[in-house]
Amino acid sequence: MTPEAIRRLKRRYAAERRFKAYGIAAMTFAAAALLLLLVTVVGNGYTAFWQTQLRIEVFFDPDAIAPAGTTDRRRLMGADYRTVLLDAVSARFPEVRDRDGLRQLEGLVGSGAEVQLRDMVVADPGLIGQRRQVWLLAHSDIDMLIKGQTRLGDGARVTERQAGWLTALARGGDVDQFFNTRFFTGADSRDPELVGILGGVVGTTFTLLICLLLAFPLGVMAAVYLEEYAPKNRLTDIIEVNINNLAAVPSIVFGLLGLSVFINFFGMPRSAPLVGGSVLALMSLPTIIIAARAALRAVPPSIREGALGVGASKMQMIGHHVLPLAMPGILTGTIIAMAHALGETAPLLMIGMVAFITDIPTDPLSASTVLPVQIFMWADHPERGFVEKTSAGIIVLLVFMLVMNASAVWLRRKFERRW
Amino acid sequence: MNTMVANKAKAAQPQGAGPAALKVVARDVNVHYGQKHALKGVSIDIPDRSVTAFIGPSGCGKSTFLRCINRMNDTIANARVDGSIKLDGADIYDPAVDVVQLRARVGMVFQKPNPFPKSIYENVVYGPRIHGLAESRADLDAIVEKSLRGAGLWDEVKDRLREPGTGLSGGQQQRLCIARTIAVEPEVILMDEPCSALDPIATAVIEELIEELRKDFTIVIVTHNMQQAARVSQRTAFFHLGLLVEVDDTEKIFTNPQDARTQGYITGRYG
Ligand SMILES: Nc1ncnc2c1ncn2[C@@H]1O[C@H](COP(=O)(O)OP(=O)(O)O)[C@@H](O)[C@H]1O
Ligand SMILES: [Mg+2]
Repeated sequence: MTPEAIRRLKRRYAAERRFKAYGIAAMTFAAAALLLLLVTVVGNGYTAFWQTQLRIEVFFDPDAIAPAGTTDRRRLMGADYRTVLLDAVSARFPEVRDRDGLRQLEGLVGSGAEVQLRDMVVADPGLIGQRRQVWLLAHSDIDMLIKGQTRLGDGARVTERQAGWLTALARGGDVDQFFNTRFFTGADSRDPELVGILGGVVGTTFTLLICLLLAFPLGVMAAVYLEEYAPKNRLTDIIEVNINNLAAVPSIVFGLLGLSVFINFFGMPRSAPLVGGSVLALMSLPTIIIAARAALRAVPPSIREGALGVGASKMQMIGHHVLPLAMPGILTGTIIAMAHALGETAPLLMIGMVAFITDIPTDPLSASTVLPVQIFMWADHPERGFVEKTSAGIIVLLVFMLVMNASAVWLRRKFERRW
Repeated sequence: MNTMVANKAKAAQPQGAGPAALKVVARDVNVHYGQKHALKGVSIDIPDRSVTAFIGPSGCGKSTFLRCINRMNDTIANARVDGSIKLDGADIYDPAVDVVQLRARVGMVFQKPNPFPKSIYENVVYGPRIHGLAESRADLDAIVEKSLRGAGLWDEVKDRLREPGTGLSGGQQQRLCIARTIAVEPEVILMDEPCSALDPIATAVIEELIEELRKDFTIVIVTHNMQQAARVSQRTAFFHLGLLVEVDDTEKIFTNPQDARTQGYITGRYG
């Protein structure tokens, strides 16, 4: 080899190494960003899965709970558990007599504890008149202090006196952290210690199901028509351009469309997953159509000819050969569209899915919210206790997305014939 | 070969001798692709149970004409066919003719082997199944064996019918495609350069197979290989620039062509 050729070879090798290094750098950057995101979110959020509780002896006072002696469910639900709770806490610290002290004492346990007592009595009215040691939910501010999320003096959410009582309780082993089941089984609440994510999960599930049921068949049928049947002319060109444009329309516009068409014109209920899913379906359609068309186009013409050659009709050719071969590509597009729909917030705000809903939706027509909107609402709360709940909500959203995508990938694998 | 072949074998005409029954009769066939006039007034008679080869330089319209015979050109949006093509005396471009049924009678084997991405078994039974030729499992099994034997593939694949057809070698794939075609028991088999993607040994196997198949089927084969045309066909048609220049008994075309263009092509002056 001439020296010139050797120099050129060296230059080419160096360029190739640089090219590879750029790729690795880009990947490292992406991985680092993802890691940072995960560490932040998980670091902030994992504490929300535990909750501080205080063990206090409660006297289920018949005078407060059932003054008339009636124990029917409605009465018990509406009874005065606040008094029972306050009596229990002040009985634990009998030395506190002053008004301010009593108020601070009351602040140890939040309204979550009241709900706890109510649920206990409703489940077992036989408790009335008895004394029990009960693990009561601590107030969110106390919870934050115990978890180390806040410090004493920090905006003075917890007073020195309260801290003293906590130390006393802790010395008796009466302060502990428990797994926060309520977070996974409940819906939204004003109190950070009572909030649950299940309402959002169920709402998101309904919404995405509606979206998938509408967008997938419509998208695939539209793609099949455009790719296999439609004549190639001016009109189909215009349709093609418009589908591509539709994919780029800001999502909030779809929300406005949903508001005016589905809710105002068709009179569908506000805040319902049916409407949310329909809006998201409109938004996902172009993505699915574009992906499905590309997948259909990628099916080799030789397979089509083979099918037609043995006398398959066009419908049989599409149904037996083209669609199954295109299905992995179509599913990939659908996964992307669904992942977008899962994270979508703006259009759902327009159709009222931002409401404060304390019940878990039971069907696609009941008022509900979705995970990203739920996270958005929690992030908006001023209370310190909502910070960790927001991050925990994000963790749940990410897990939801992972589960959804994993099942889609599994489905795609089933269609992919490795031969 | 199987019984179906045996009892039809005596109908096969010795090459070039006597007035063979005509299977396909084309008159003044023109094909336009948009503005392009790809096939210009082609008229040809294709005798029953014989091999007719189409030769000619590439782009001269061989495939175009072949695809007219099973109306495969219908699938090309801008293709326009006129003239008349009769199969057993009935015009195949008659509006009353169902293309799907026509393609069951006129099968096609393509240049590139194109088995479906399914098992060998599924490849063969696909046609019979969609045409309702067999209902029971046993019938399908019988069709698979008969067709694979007919395509000379049975002994090689009988133990792996459930394996993917795309896993076979190129030559085996092409024979699988032939088995798939004969499984619907067509009358005519169109082959568009069936060996151009195969090695010489696989090509020889297919050529032998064609010799067998002509006892049973009318075969029209496009080839760019003149030795192949000489070896397998009884009649040869020479196409040039969209025109059918000359059609005659194969022997005559290769020894004593009437047209100067044919002469030039077979002596290798162009092509
Ligand atoms: N789908 C098509 N659209 C437009 N022109 C075509 C198409 N198919 C073939 N042609 C043209 O028609 C002519 C004949 O083609 P073809 O029949 O494939 O030739 P051959 O098989 O003899 O090589 C060629 O000039 C080719 O460019
Ligand atoms: Mg050709």
